[in-house]
Amino acid sequence: MRAPVSDLPIRFENVTVAAGAVTILDGISLTLNPGTPTILIGPNGSGKSTFLRTAMGLVRPSQGRVTWGGREDVPPTRRAIVLQRPAMLRRSAGGNIRYALRASGVGRTEQQSRIDELLALVGLGQLADRPARRLSGGEQQRLALARALARDPAILFLDEPTASLDPAATKAIEDVVHAVSQRGIKIVMATHDLGEARRLAGDIVMLHRGRVIETGPAAAFFNTPQTGEAKTFIAGELLV
Amino acid sequence: MPGDVSALQLVLTGDPALLAIVRLSLIVSLSAVVLAALIGIPFGAALALIQFPGRQAVIVVLNALMGLPPVVVGLAVFLALSRAGPLGSWGLLFTPKAMIIAQTVLVAPIIAALTRQTIEDLWLEYRDELNAMNVGPVGRVATLIWDARFSLVTALLAGFGRAAAEVGAIIIVGGNIDGFTRTMTTAIALETSKGDLPLAVGLGMVLIAIVIAVNALAWTARRAGERMAG
Repeated sequence: MRAPVSDLPIRFENVTVAAGAVTILDGISLTLNPGTPTILIGPNGSGKSTFLRTAMGLVRPSQGRVTWGGREDVPPTRRAIVLQRPAMLRRSAGGNIRYALRASGVGRTEQQSRIDELLALVGLGQLADRPARRLSGGEQQRLALARALARDPAILFLDEPTASLDPAATKAIEDVVHAVSQRGIKIVMATHDLGEARRLAGDIVMLHRGRVIETGPAAAFFNTPQTGEAKTFIAGELLV
Repeated sequence: MPGDVSALQLVLTGDPALLAIVRLSLIVSLSAVVLAALIGIPFGAALALIQFPGRQAVIVVLNALMGLPPVVVGLAVFLALSRAGPLGSWGLLFTPKAMIIAQTVLVAPIIAALTRQTIEDLWLEYRDELNAMNVGPVGRVATLIWDARFSLVTALLAGFGRAAAEVGAIIIVGGNIDGFTRTMTTAIALETSKGDLPLAVGLGMVLIAIVIAVNALAWTARRAGERMAG
């Protein structure tokens, strides 16, 4: 028997992503290892979303390459993403999860129990039959999170899942992310909320203008930032 | 048909000749919409999802074909089905089948063009999610058509409206033969020119009532479906 192949570590090798004349990611080299959550911080427009989408395999680098567990072009069977504005399929909340389960080959008999379990995990157990597009913003984010987990990922990308949510909805999401991380799923999450970064991070990757400014364990990053940009950002000043 | 009875009388008494005309009209137009949907929906979906050189030109031409003049379609189908034409051996000219073929040609571009627009818009919304869920090309098309089904009903209604209302194509290929290829629109044209205005008006009322009823039915089904699926 072969050992199960893993998508981790994910390695960025001198990755540049350009859209026309605009460079969104600029020569990033970085490795995402198994372990505690990696939190991506940086001001709006720093390239966090594009970094996540590239790590997911949704965006191809213009230059450089990305490898998953040492291989290129690995289909996203063990990776999942919660996009910044998740698209709700025109189905019920339960139907959205069923779709994800079916797409990852979960058999019909197993589907219903997994749907119940996942909706309960994100606190949407009562809303299984509600059309997904009629859910509130916070409920849609939680449904997107459950739908991503339905793929049984080894690594989960989250793109500012709590942006524009109230504190209770934010806590609901963070609790699930924390629980998921405890189960050994690698979390890579973008946020521009420093409080959230402190609450969740194992280590920090700071982006600015498409470049990696600073990386390191969360405690070291927040206590003794090495770069001027990180100091400015942590101090809550505008980083332009 | 007697010319001295009122239009309302004909409709209310269920005049058998009138009923036969209504029945044939519905059979021809509904068959054409079904056939056009079987052609137009997959074609429109493929055009929405597949990139190839010249795609923009195909879209422009397809959108232009939505306004095909029925008499030109009638003429083209007439030439194809006439005894000397390429499909003359089928012997379909001046039959209801020829009328269905003509209306299918007329309606398929409408359904294809509206499907293309609908599916393309939905694809932009779904693309990242479906790619992230590793959904293959066949699954994508099936998902997009299924999730767009309520919007596609509108495309079918547009096609049905076009088919039910046109007279130019079916009068050329059908010949307006009494009791065989006479529909509501061809009969209205004929009776008006003959001066039998009550029958023409009666048929006109029935035609409008049917179009409204079909649309109301589809609207109700769409609303009910949307409440269920969002």
